[in-house]
Amino acid sequence: MTSLQIIFLATAAATLISSLMVVTARNLVHAALWLIVSLFTVAVLFVLLEAGFLAAVQVVLYIGAIAILIIFAIMLTRRVMQDTGPQTNRQWWLSALIAAALLAALIFTLSQVQYPLSTAGVPDDSLRTLGRALVDPNQYMLPFEVASVLLLVALIGSIVVAGDRK
Amino acid sequence: MIPLSWYLTLAAAVFCVGLYGVLARKNAVAILMGIELMLNAVNINLVAFWHYLTPTLASGQMFAIIVFTVAAAEAAVGLALIISIYRRRNTVVAEEIDLMKW
Repeated sequence: MTSLQIIFLATAAATLISSLMVVTARNLVHAALWLIVSLFTVAVLFVLLEAGFLAAVQVVLYIGAIAILIIFAIMLTRRVMQDTGPQTNRQWWLSALIAAALLAALIFTLSQVQYPLSTAGVPDDSLRTLGRALVDPNQYMLPFEVASVLLLVALIGSIVVAGDRK
Repeated sequence: MIPLSWYLTLAAAVFCVGLYGVLARKNAVAILMGIELMLNAVNINLVAFWHYLTPTLASGQMFAIIVFTVAAAEAAVGLALIISIYRRRNTVVAEEIDLMKW
């Protein structure tokens, strides 16, 4: 068991435990904080996968923007008796069954496939390749611009939907 | 060396935990948190496949960046919708938002 594997097992355990706490916490703010822990462990996994840029984007974007947005929404939609009582609806056992069945099916399917593993490692200039690919007209410039338009549309839509109609 | 199957199993497990969160929780914001968990699991999968199958290309990381962008846009719009619903109906419990139910 190499040290890298030990680090991966510790991070994977942290991810799973924090994800389980997200979906089972009674207090919604606690669930949001456990979500932040879970997102951070995923960033650690990205570092293990030698995708440093994605790890930084994960921390800044998911934790710094989306998780904060979720906490704001929790603050703006509080009701007085919200944190007491069960947080699951009547069909929670069926949901657990479906999730467990899907997990079994996924693990079974994943074990059947032979992946064409590449012998090359991650090159040193992978970030430069990614940067060039984002603005190269022959590569991913169009998805990049479409993603920008999508963000603009989401921005305008959120302001219109959540704005005060006074 | 960490085998690829470990990453895929972890991503599958996080995906199923998020799926349980979406299906079993009452609060609409909690459902959105489950959706974010599922999108994170997909990202783990994408980056793991990029690292082990095609590390010299940029397409794996590009796919993950697009998933990040779509997740951010969807979280913003979803939370705006939840806030708007709360303003009108004064509830965010998914069972009580049943105006269009049969």
